[in-house]
Amino acid sequence: MDIVYYLIQNMLPVAMPLLLVALGGMFSEIGGVVNIGLEGIMLFGAYIAALFVYLVQNTGMNPQIVLLLGMLIAALAGLIYSLLLSFAAVTMKADQVITGTSLNMLIPAAILLFSKMFFNSDGITTNMNFYIREIPVLGNIPVLGKMFFQRTYLTVIISLIFLIIAIIVFYKTKFGLRLRACGEHPHAADSVGINVHRMRYAGTSISGILAGIGGFFYSVGIMDGNVNGHTGVAGFGFLALAVMIFGQWKPIRIFIAAIFFAFLRTLAYSVALIPFLYNLGINQNYYKMMPYLATMIVLAFTSKKSRAPKAEGIPYDKSQR
Amino acid sequence: MQDKNSSYNKNRFDLKSITHTSGFSSFTSALMAIFLGLIFGFIVMLVAMPENSLAGFQYVVFGGLNRIGDVFYFATPILMTGLAVGFAFKMGLFNIGASGQYTMGMFFAIYVGFMWDLPSNIHWIVAILAGMLGGMIWGFIPGIFKAILNVNEVITSIMFNYIGMYLVDMIIQGSSVMYISTKTRTNYLPASVQIPSLGISGSNVNFGIIFAIVIGIILYIVLQKTTFGYELKATGFNKHASEYAGMKGKTNIIITMIIAGGLAGLGGAFAILAPSAIAGSSMTYEPINIIAANGFNGIAVALLGNSHPIGIIFSSVFISHIQRGGTLASLVGYKPEIIDVVIAVIIYFSAFAMIMNSALARFIKKRVDKKHAAMETKEGEAVQSDLDEVSDNGREEAE
Repeated sequence: MDIVYYLIQNMLPVAMPLLLVALGGMFSEIGGVVNIGLEGIMLFGAYIAALFVYLVQNTGMNPQIVLLLGMLIAALAGLIYSLLLSFAAVTMKADQVITGTSLNMLIPAAILLFSKMFFNSDGITTNMNFYIREIPVLGNIPVLGKMFFQRTYLTVIISLIFLIIAIIVFYKTKFGLRLRACGEHPHAADSVGINVHRMRYAGTSISGILAGIGGFFYSVGIMDGNVNGHTGVAGFGFLALAVMIFGQWKPIRIFIAAIFFAFLRTLAYSVALIPFLYNLGINQNYYKMMPYLATMIVLAFTSKKSRAPKAEGIPYDKSQR
Repeated sequence: MQDKNSSYNKNRFDLKSITHTSGFSSFTSALMAIFLGLIFGFIVMLVAMPENSLAGFQYVVFGGLNRIGDVFYFATPILMTGLAVGFAFKMGLFNIGASGQYTMGMFFAIYVGFMWDLPSNIHWIVAILAGMLGGMIWGFIPGIFKAILNVNEVITSIMFNYIGMYLVDMIIQGSSVMYISTKTRTNYLPASVQIPSLGISGSNVNFGIIFAIVIGIILYIVLQKTTFGYELKATGFNKHASEYAGMKGKTNIIITMIIAGGLAGLGGAFAILAPSAIAGSSMTYEPINIIAANGFNGIAVALLGNSHPIGIIFSSVFISHIQRGGTLASLVGYKPEIIDVVIAVIIYFSAFAMIMNSALARFIKKRVDKKHAAMETKEGEAVQSDLDEVSDNGREEAE
């Protein structure tokens, strides 16, 4: 039973960045912009927020407040960086995949450059502890308390709040409906007076905000608040895209998919702690491959009836109506 | 007046026949993207260290010229991955998996190098072919996922970058013949698999670059002169139309991905089998769970070369050139990562340089037209006044 608790406690901080970034990708794609630059946006958000944490870590501020402020800064950084994608993909009608790729390439290089010049290292190392041993009251609930409210991070609860907001925006608001219209049939949306360019900017900006926060939560939950230009976010931006496709561009299914992948990854990294798996004596690299292999297997079965937004990846050109 | 007009038109026509080809416009847009990228790099250098920025920038732009052998040496693998990305791009496929295919090619070449005992005059050729085979297998998988299961090739190839990297590291670490755990890297490959050097003193440039350039030219011929190349491009332009015309889209997707994978695999083989420029830069592999950077540089090369095989040959040399320049810039205190920043910015701009260019051309044309329009209205007014005079005369006569 302890192993189950351990796996769940470790899985949630991994699942949450995936969830947030995949939701971000969803908002971008239902508006019609393929955001392959999520990886870069995550890393940028994580780096700027880590820089903030690095600057305030010795002022004696409450770690949880630093976490919240860092989150806001990461969101802002992600938003600003995603504007580069919006500008190229929406205003300049450039190829969205190429633009996203260039955004992915820029950030690791820029981080290495900046860190080597100012910190003489490959990234930023912070020593702030965001870990929560036990949430008061809630942590005392018999089984659930131990699963969800002990040895955790504030990031888990915040991410779940974001999930609820995303569901409401997606299904219950005029904005969500209009955004989806822009991804399915932008010409029809334009004909009833929706500003497609503005909606697409909004969709990409939301994805920038969520990816920035997701990046910061990744560094908090998985890297102990450190950011490194070499490993970056270890392909989480791309994994999030797979999670989004697996989740068929729907928030709740994305949540389930994120949990699934996070579970596999946590399992892969805790093989040494699980006697049964450890005794099998399989190389650890094999387990590290698992999340990616599982992604492929799942995608092989779900992609046939893919519900991708129809107009995604196609720049909107008014004159083609 | 009449003659002047026609000669003007003729001149414009001649100029247009050059400037309005797609090759010219992609060339100018590549130049524009490079220019903007370098400017950005210069600004970064200026901000970072103003006093050395000019010297550093000079190294970046011209430094490679002093080490032309090294430029070609390091251009070989990115030329191959560039072709791998560009060739698939012609079909409308974004082969972001060149890294995985490259790693696989490398691994197959290493495997043949260590495990097979062959006479030295054919050992390296077999190793290169094995590398190609490895890449082909890793390209075949995304191809079949795309063609049969409709999985986006971008996601598949990214996933297989990771799977390939972990798989290769796992197999190499598991083999006591290849791997020396105390050095955390493989043994040095036997000399019989080393690609012969071209014998230029002071550099290790080898037959790999010759092969790579020949392969680029062959690809150009395939794309321009064969039915397969035509079908490939047609499918890239319009999938539905080509299918309607009876082209087998799915088979072509798989074949394209196999060829692209083979190209990247060859790149891996050329890189690992080359004589080392720096100790440890080739002939040995270090399994450190990092995705091969040369695959991503291939994307940059392909985009800059506008996916055209000949363009890719030049762009790979250019990228390698500024990378060498970046290494040299560290002599005056800059970090070589500045080049990766410059390359990323170049790609960002190259994504819409074509549009920027045509906007610029439109703007210039508009201004020229405006001038003409102004001239014409002046002439028109003159004619009008003539007419008025005539009619006035007529009126006077009538009176």
